[in-house]
Amino acid sequence: MNIHEYQAKEILKSFGVTVPKGYLAHTADEAVQQAKELGGDVCVVKAQIHAGGRGKAGGVRICKSPDEVKTAANGLLGSVLVTKQTGEAGKEVGKVYIEEGLDIAREFYLSLLVDREEECVSFVVSPAGGMDIEEVAATQPEKIATFPVRDINICDTTKMASFLGLNGDAVTKFDDLAKKLYQIFMDSDAAMLELNPLVLTGAGDLVALDAKFVADDNALYRQEAIVAMRDLSEEDSREIEAAQFGLNYIQLDGNIGCMVNGAGLAMATMDMIHMKGEEPANFLDVGGGVTIPAVTEAFKLLFSDKHVKAVLVNIFGGIVRCDIIAQGLLEAIKTHPMNVPVVMRLVGTNEEAGQKLIKDAALDVYWADDLDEAASIAVKVIS
Amino acid sequence: MSVLLSKNTRVICQGFTGKQGSFHSEQMMTYGTSFVGGVTPKKGGQVHLGKPVFNSVVDAVKEEGAEATVIFVPPRFAAAAIIEASDAGLGLIVCITEGIPVLDMLKVKEHLKNSNAVLIGPNCPGIITPGEAKIGIMPAHIHKSGRVGVISRSGTLTYEAVDQLTRTGLGQSTCIGMGGDPIHGMDFIDALKLFEADEQTEGVVMIGEIGGSDEENAAEFIKGHISKPVTAFIAGATAPTGKRMGHAGAIISGGKGTAEAKYTALEEAGVAIEHNPTLLGQRMLEMLH
Repeated sequence: MNIHEYQAKEILKSFGVTVPKGYLAHTADEAVQQAKELGGDVCVVKAQIHAGGRGKAGGVRICKSPDEVKTAANGLLGSVLVTKQTGEAGKEVGKVYIEEGLDIAREFYLSLLVDREEECVSFVVSPAGGMDIEEVAATQPEKIATFPVRDINICDTTKMASFLGLNGDAVTKFDDLAKKLYQIFMDSDAAMLELNPLVLTGAGDLVALDAKFVADDNALYRQEAIVAMRDLSEEDSREIEAAQFGLNYIQLDGNIGCMVNGAGLAMATMDMIHMKGEEPANFLDVGGGVTIPAVTEAFKLLFSDKHVKAVLVNIFGGIVRCDIIAQGLLEAIKTHPMNVPVVMRLVGTNEEAGQKLIKDAALDVYWADDLDEAASIAVKVIS
Repeated sequence: MSVLLSKNTRVICQGFTGKQGSFHSEQMMTYGTSFVGGVTPKKGGQVHLGKPVFNSVVDAVKEEGAEATVIFVPPRFAAAAIIEASDAGLGLIVCITEGIPVLDMLKVKEHLKNSNAVLIGPNCPGIITPGEAKIGIMPAHIHKSGRVGVISRSGTLTYEAVDQLTRTGLGQSTCIGMGGDPIHGMDFIDALKLFEADEQTEGVVMIGEIGGSDEENAAEFIKGHISKPVTAFIAGATAPTGKRMGHAGAIISGGKGTAEAKYTALEEAGVAIEHNPTLLGQRMLEMLH
């Protein structure tokens, strides 16, 4: 689960990490008021959306007067920001964060993540901060280092500080900061915590100028405070609806709607559609413990998607019973007519019963014996 | 021969009396697994499905000589269940549970460093040695004892490959579902080692997916250590960057973990890569001809 920058900074602050002073605003007038509150000659107006790359997309504006704050906030609020991470559709800006300007001496990159190779939490640090870290990785890989950490200690933090070129007082401050970040990561069940940039100010303080926090979805049951930060307006409404029925659904750009049991098979189905010359409209894994209402909902999602020109059902029933899938389809068409061609590959547990239900209802579907054939038919019927 | 699991392996179930535990324990018994009982705290002394229930894994080891376990307990208790099984000295731990917090799994892996237990999963279908025994949730009837080892990160996609191997007449020696989580037990390399040493196994089908670098590491290992033919499919060639595709571990991040990179690494290692998952059985048949 993602949260906003301002929320990530609330978490940082609660653990004693220094962040710039800032306020959230929903209107331009509020923004101006808060800029005055902050005082100082310079402030920054930052669009709050769940995506990185805001700076390059014009979502972060430096302002030197109340008028400039007003113009910046007016320009951002209600606008659609397209960044490297939002996709072409972009994200609408609903709120902005007004932050004090800082005297920046140096900028660094620092993140913590679950390291799949080392099977521990690792710090990724770079003295090239404030830039797109993927670009740094591609062009200057020697400027990024990964430090696997198990029960963080001063040896770990000293090595990192040295790689960042810190010295004197800053090394001690970095040790304190890194330990706090590690504690946040462990206590808050983070999947990723990123400061880009982390800055060293002219006064010699280490401040988290930007912050991104991603929570481990599997641990949300024990992270009430973080769950409370969820902003549903940032998430895809169809994905939210699907999740309520225990369905794994991801909206994609193509025209063939898919319904599959199992994540791997669902991806393979998408790959197969691509191989046959079309693109999938979605990823949809109905899961193992699927019920008739969930399957009904899944079909409704597909039939109500105006991009969907054909539906491909690929079920290899193990725990999932084919008759449940068939009953879900019959239920769904009561309210959502089957207005696009449906290709069915329905094999495995109770396949005869499932196929019979659909045939008895005289539904006009295309039958396929395997995934290859199913994908071929689906591509053919829409071309 | 086969790997890890035979009809003599004495198996228990943690989360035995729950809905999933009950259903699949019964299926395992029907298949011929030496199923000796189960564990549900506070229900020790009862009899469930004709088998004894124990309060702890230690009790099951003492009373029934349990050697392996299958775990169905809910995500928030699953990490503790794995650790309990390991501490009780079980050699094989199969964790079916999906949704375990990743930091819990890091603790489990740290704990298992001091243990000889083999962990399969979590978030996996389990392991089956066709014709002998199964520990897990896979539909048994599609399997057939035979010549090919299967190792996979996916559940239903494994069934696809198994079905093809059965239809071509090749059958399977042992099939292992390593699961879809980013932090997991047994990986491709562990399984490849076992299959290489196993006389019954003549070839290996590998099913990977986007995310992480298990496949790249396997490719590196295959170069120097595997003489038997291997064919591989990687799911997720069309998956978008930064989106978690159902499995917690199936995510391309920072340009890493793409299907393309995995295919390239495997091909360089001499693996017969297959972009069409419906052709894996046929491909293996040609290689073993």
